[in-house]
Amino acid sequence: MINHLIVSPLLLPLLMGTVIILNANQPVARQRILGLSSCLAVLVMTGILLFQSAEGPIQTYVLGDWPTPFGIVMVLDRLSAMMLFITALLALLCLAHAAPGTDREGKNFHALFQFQLLGINGAFLTGDIFNLFVFFEIMLLSSYGLVLHGGGGLRTRAGMHYVILNLVGSSIFLVGVGILYALLGTLNMADLAVRMAAAPAENAALLQAAGLILFAVFALKAALLPLCFWLPDAYGFTSAPVAALFAVMTKVGVYVILRVYCLIFSEFAGVGAGLLSAWLLPAALITLAAGAAGVAGSRDLRRITAYLVIVSVGTLLAVIGTFQREAIAAAIVYLPHTTFMTAAMFLVADLIRRQRPDAGSELIPDRPVGQPTLLGLLFLTAAVAIGGLPPLSGFFAKVMMLMTVQGNNAAPWIWALVLGSGLLALVALGRAGIIIFWKLLPKDEPGTGRGTSHDPVPVYAPADVFPAAVLLCISPLLVIFGGGITEFAFAAADHVINPVHYIEAVLGPDRSLPLLYPFGGE
Amino acid sequence: MEWLVSACFGVMIACGVYLVLRARTFPVILGLTLMGYAVNLFLFLTGRLHTNLPDIISPNQTRYADPLPQALVLTAIVIGFAMIAFLVVLSLRALGELDTDHVDGQQENPPA
Repeated sequence: MINHLIVSPLLLPLLMGTVIILNANQPVARQRILGLSSCLAVLVMTGILLFQSAEGPIQTYVLGDWPTPFGIVMVLDRLSAMMLFITALLALLCLAHAAPGTDREGKNFHALFQFQLLGINGAFLTGDIFNLFVFFEIMLLSSYGLVLHGGGGLRTRAGMHYVILNLVGSSIFLVGVGILYALLGTLNMADLAVRMAAAPAENAALLQAAGLILFAVFALKAALLPLCFWLPDAYGFTSAPVAALFAVMTKVGVYVILRVYCLIFSEFAGVGAGLLSAWLLPAALITLAAGAAGVAGSRDLRRITAYLVIVSVGTLLAVIGTFQREAIAAAIVYLPHTTFMTAAMFLVADLIRRQRPDAGSELIPDRPVGQPTLLGLLFLTAAVAIGGLPPLSGFFAKVMMLMTVQGNNAAPWIWALVLGSGLLALVALGRAGIIIFWKLLPKDEPGTGRGTSHDPVPVYAPADVFPAAVLLCISPLLVIFGGGITEFAFAAADHVINPVHYIEAVLGPDRSLPLLYPFGGE
Repeated sequence: MEWLVSACFGVMIACGVYLVLRARTFPVILGLTLMGYAVNLFLFLTGRLHTNLPDIISPNQTRYADPLPQALVLTAIVIGFAMIAFLVVLSLRALGELDTDHVDGQQENPPA
């Protein structure tokens, strides 16, 4: 019995995006309703998929019923189901935040948003490395549109750099895919894993080169140092809902690194075995340090948040870089927390920015914000969650990560950098809070910021702060349901770290035999 | 034949990289286009070099050229074309908004 629900996170945004384009000249309210209902439906469907995957085995969806490995196949395991659900929830809340304002700045915001979802969901679901490229391109092309949405010189310049870098990345990606295909003769990821295990030693150098070329591309997507300098500008200058949605885009890079290097270049992979273990951990630790320095050095709340995204990627990949089951499980617990909290911080920064007409999100003294209690509470919650203080989820996820990497040689480095970056984030956010909420100019004196506008400050209705507040509520929920989530994370890590499950699900039990017997397997 | 094709690939990539590192949008776009072509050629070559071999089933043939790289190249060409078109439009818009075609958005010698 084929589970047709698996392709719904792809088909629904595609269909709705098309319908919204047809309504491009209609009032924006109609596009809003279409977009929001599409996101809500995807959220329900991915929720069902998440429950199914938590109980059951890895599911596949073979498009056109072509026998694997010849056709295109979608694979749903626990990790991809979780990523789909995170994306759907985040997308719904970001769109709700965008609905009363940002979406008016240009014509095709809602259509681009749906295609963005299509690309992200596709990257999580695909079981085929060329389709990974195709979904990356769908994701990137809509992200270009969303980054530039609303226009303005700074946005255009940052967008330009973002586009050029990603185009170079796409070219490099194709070279890596080409080498893999030329040597192994397949594009299906499960089949690649089987053939990699059986590859002759004379191809080792080329296959390893292909693996590292792909790593460069994924590192660019995930914003690992030295490929992360596009991120602060692109995320810092774009509109808040887009930046918040993009909090999950870097996680696409993390997901793909986890998927490809635990499957195709796993420890069973013969000549490609353990390719990344020497590279990922140091790169991630340096990224973590650089991100923390960026957080401490930024003088703008949105830039601080953008650097916090880099810190979160560095933390995740440092823990994943140990390639141990427990550590990967801990990273899977940390992933939803950090995605939702950085997104929430982008939204809170936007709410603060709109009530400071002179300084915006820049950290200079200004007149007080219109609703200091409300915004202060939101900011405090977000800062506590991001900094990893108890009682919110960041604390428990970080403790879990630090405990699981204890046996590793690099553990002192991981401990020092994860804790140090958390401290720096707290210091930077504390400073930001002091400047925004306490270091005030008299009410009637014009500010010293960029403009001296006397526009009336918007007063937020509950609907305006609702998305940010809901995002922040996820943090205590992650603690309350922590037991179940941890259990799920360990099960998901089982699926990820042991390629045999994945290969059997895609190719059938007999194809993975060459992998099982020579190396022991399960 | 092999050395000629690989030399072509290498020269195109080298020129592409050189152009991408320029500071004006037009050479950067040309460089990306060149790199795109080079990569498409490379993808095409992953099916190995053959002459006079069909890539569709024919009853009096025993050897075939690999059809899959051709399908991949077709997809990659379409995507690459769309991306370059987008970049051209974006750089025109940047020229309009920033008044310069420098990739940093700033003129080296601003008019006095």
